Amino acid sequence: MKKILTLLMALTLVLAFAGCSADKSGESGTAAADTKSEGVMTYAEYDAAALDSEVVIETYVQAKQSWWEDKATVYTQDKDGAYFLYELACSEADYAKLVKGTKIKVTGYKAEWSGEVEVIDATFEILDGSFVAAAKDVTSLLGTDTLIDSQNEFVSFKGLTVEAAGKDESGADVAFLYKYDGAGQDGDDLYFNVSLDGKTYTFTVESYLCDKTTDVYAAVKNLKIGDKIDAEGFLYWYEGANPHITAVTPAK
Amino acid sequence: MRRILSVFLLVFMFAALPALSACHGSRGLSEFELPDSFDTSKDYEITFWAKNDSNKTQTDIYKKTIADFEALYPNVTVNLRLYTDYGKIYNDVITNLSTNTTPNVCITYPDHIATYLTGTNTVVPLDALFSDEKYGLGGSEVRFSSPKRSEIVPKFLDECSIDGFYYAIPFMRSTEACYVNKTLVEALGYTLPEVLTWDFVWEVSEAATAKAEDGTFLANGQNVMIPFIYKSTDNMMIQLLRQKNAEYSTDTGGIRLFNDVTAELLYTIAEHTESGAFSTFKVSSYPGNFLNSGQCVFAIDSTAGAAWMGADAPLSDIDEAKRVSFETAVMPIPQFDTGNPQMLSQGPSVCVFNKDNPQEVLVSWLFAQFLLTDEVQIAYSETEGYVPVTLKARNSDVYRDYLSRSGENNTTYYAVKIKASELLLDNIDNTFITPVFNGSISLRDATGQLIENTVKSVKRKETVDSSYIEKLYRDVSALYRLEQLGGESAANSAGGADLGELPETARILLTSLLAVWVLIALYVLVSAVKRKKSKKV
Repeated sequence: MKKILTLLMALTLVLAFAGCSADKSGESGTAAADTKSEGVMTYAEYDAAALDSEVVIETYVQAKQSWWEDKATVYTQDKDGAYFLYELACSEADYAKLVKGTKIKVTGYKAEWSGEVEVIDATFEILDGSFVAAAKDVTSLLGTDTLIDSQNEFVSFKGLTVEAAGKDESGADVAFLYKYDGAGQDGDDLYFNVSLDGKTYTFTVESYLCDKTTDVYAAVKNLKIGDKIDAEGFLYWYEGANPHITAVTPAK
Repeated sequence: MRRILSVFLLVFMFAALPALSACHGSRGLSEFELPDSFDTSKDYEITFWAKNDSNKTQTDIYKKTIADFEALYPNVTVNLRLYTDYGKIYNDVITNLSTNTTPNVCITYPDHIATYLTGTNTVVPLDALFSDEKYGLGGSEVRFSSPKRSEIVPKFLDECSIDGFYYAIPFMRSTEACYVNKTLVEALGYTLPEVLTWDFVWEVSEAATAKAEDGTFLANGQNVMIPFIYKSTDNMMIQLLRQKNAEYSTDTGGIRLFNDVTAELLYTIAEHTESGAFSTFKVSSYPGNFLNSGQCVFAIDSTAGAAWMGADAPLSDIDEAKRVSFETAVMPIPQFDTGNPQMLSQGPSVCVFNKDNPQEVLVSWLFAQFLLTDEVQIAYSETEGYVPVTLKARNSDVYRDYLSRSGENNTTYYAVKIKASELLLDNIDNTFITPVFNGSISLRDATGQLIENTVKSVKRKETVDSSYIEKLYRDVSALYRLEQLGGESAANSAGGADLGELPETARILLTSLLAVWVLIALYVLVSAVKRKKSKKV
C-alpha cells in the first residue's frame, strides 16, 4: 500500500510540474514573438488566403464596435496586420471580457463586402496574452493605392485641415454632418471632410464604435472649418477608404 | 387532520397564485376609449419614430410635416426620432414595450405589429377612430383636409388589418423592381422581353460570366462582374414560392416553408452561385453599387431605392470615376407565369401606441392621420419610387404633373425613379402580402436565411444536396425558433426539432399542479384510513 501511495504522490508531482512548465512556455511564446499556435495562420497566410476560405487566426482586440443578439463586431490586430471580425458569435458575458489587448483565437471565413475584407461566421476562444497596437502614421499614404495595405489597422493622420462637409438649413457651410448627407440627428454617425495637399477625404465617427458620449464625438461636433487637426482611428473600407475615427486633437 | 389539510391546501394555493398569474404576463394598459372632445387647454408632447431611406429630402419632409401639424395644433409638440432601418425600430419598440416607453406614433410593418400585440392593449385598434364623426378620417373636427376612408387605396388599407382589426394605416407603398443594364443585355446578344422571366434572367446572367484570356469579363472588360444580385433574399424566396403556387405559411401561423419546391429553388440558386452568375446584398454589397459600376446586369431592389439605381442616379455611394454610362430599364421582377405576374406589396405603415392618457392617444391619431394629407403623401412619394396610399393624392393634378415630367432632370424627375413608381401603379392588382401572425417576422427572416446560407455554402465549396438541405432546414428552423411559434407552427416546422427546456413559469405551474394532486391524493388516502378505523371500532 505504501509503495502505491508513494508512486501516486510521485506521479502527482511529475504531472504538476509538467502542467506548470506547459503554462510557462505558453506565456513566453506570447510575450516574446507573438508566435502562432499550431494550425493558426500568420498574417501573411491570412492575407494570401482566398476569399470564402476558412481561416484560423490568433489576434488581439483593439476596439469593440457593437454587440447584438450574441453577435459582436470587433477590430483586432496582431503585430503584422489587422483583422476585422464581423458579427462574431459571442455571448454578452464573453463580450464583456473582450477588453482592449485581449488575445483571441478565431475560426471563421474570409469575406469581402464593398471592399472591406473581414472574417465572418466566426467563433472564438480567449487566450492568455495581450497586445495593444500603436497608431501607424499613414498620412503620406492618403489618396494612394497602397493605403489599402493598412486596411482595418489602427492608424493616425497628421496635419489635416477641416473642410466644409455640407450646408445647414440656412445654406451656410458646416464642418460636419449627421450621416453622410445630413439626414441624421444627434447620436448618428458623424461625417467630416479633411484636406491634405489639396485633396479632400471624408472621415467618419461611427456611432456604434464611438457613440455621442465619447470625446471624439464631442470633438468633431466642435470642429470649425479651417481647423488643423491630427486624427486616429481604424482604417475601415467601404467602396474606398472610410476611416472610423476614434480621436481628434489639434495638430501638433 | 381534515382541517390541517384544508388549511395547508389553502395556503399552498395562495402561494401558487403568483406562479399562475405569471403565465398571463404583466398587467397591461387599459383599453383605449376615445374622448368626446380634444382638450385644447392642455399641452401634449408626443414622439414619432420614423424611417428614412438615407435620403435627406425625406428627413426634411418629416420636419416640415411636424412643423405644419404643430402650427395647426399649437398645444402639441412632436419629437422626431429617425431610423434608417425597419429592424432597428422593431428592436427598440420591443425593448420599450415592457416599460411602456414606446413612441406615440411609429412607422412599422404589420409583421412587427403582430409581435407588439402580444402585450396588453399596446397598439390602438383604429376601427373606431376611422369612423368617428369628429376626429375620424375626414372628420368634422379635424383641422386639415383628411382623406375619407374610401379615399385610401382599399388593398393597401386591408394590408393593415390583423385578426379583423385595423392596427395601422398605410403610409407609403412600394414593390421590388429589376433594374437592368439594358446596354449590357444587348451587348450579350439578347433583347429584353416585355415581361422578364426567371429563365431569361438566369440565361443572360450565365452568358455574362464568360471571361477573356486575361481573366477579365468579356461583358464589361472589368475584373468584377456579378450578373444578378438580389437585395432582399426573404422577398426573393417568398415571391418565387408564390409564383410557383407553393406553400409558405398558413393564415394562422402554420409554417410551410420547408418543402420540396423550396429545395428545388435552392438547388437552382446554388447552381447559378457556383458559376458566379448570382449573389446577394448580404454576401457582396448593394446591387446598385455594382449596377452603376457596370458590374451587374440585373439588380433587384425596392422601388423605394430607385434614386440609387442607374447610370444617372442622383444618389450614389461609389466614386464618380467608377460610374459607367448605360441605359437602365426598370422592369417588374422575373416571373414563372408571364400571364399571371406576382410581386410583393411593401412599404411603411403607421401605428399608434396606447398610453394612459386618452387625449395623448387622440393627438397621436390626429398626427398619424396628418401623414395621409396630399401634401405629405405627394412630397414623400416623390423622394423615391414610392406610391401615395390615398386615391385623393394619387389622382391629384400635382401628382399627375409629377409623373408626366419623367426625365426632365436627374433629381426630382429622375426617370428611373418615376418609372419605378409607375411600375407599382400599373401592378397594384398583381401585388400580394404574406400572412401576418405572431412570429411571421421570424419566418420571413428564416426564408432569407435559406438563400444566404446556400449562397455562402456554395462559395465555400460545400455540396448542396438533399442531406445539405435537410440540415439547412433543421438549422434555420432552430435558429429562428420556428418550432416554438404558436398556432399550427410547431407541428409543421422543419424536422420536428427539440423544443428545448420548458420556460421557468411553465415549470413552476406544472410543479404546483403536481403538488396539489399529491396533497389531494394524500387527503383521500388519510380519509380512507380514518373511515376504515372508525368501521373497525
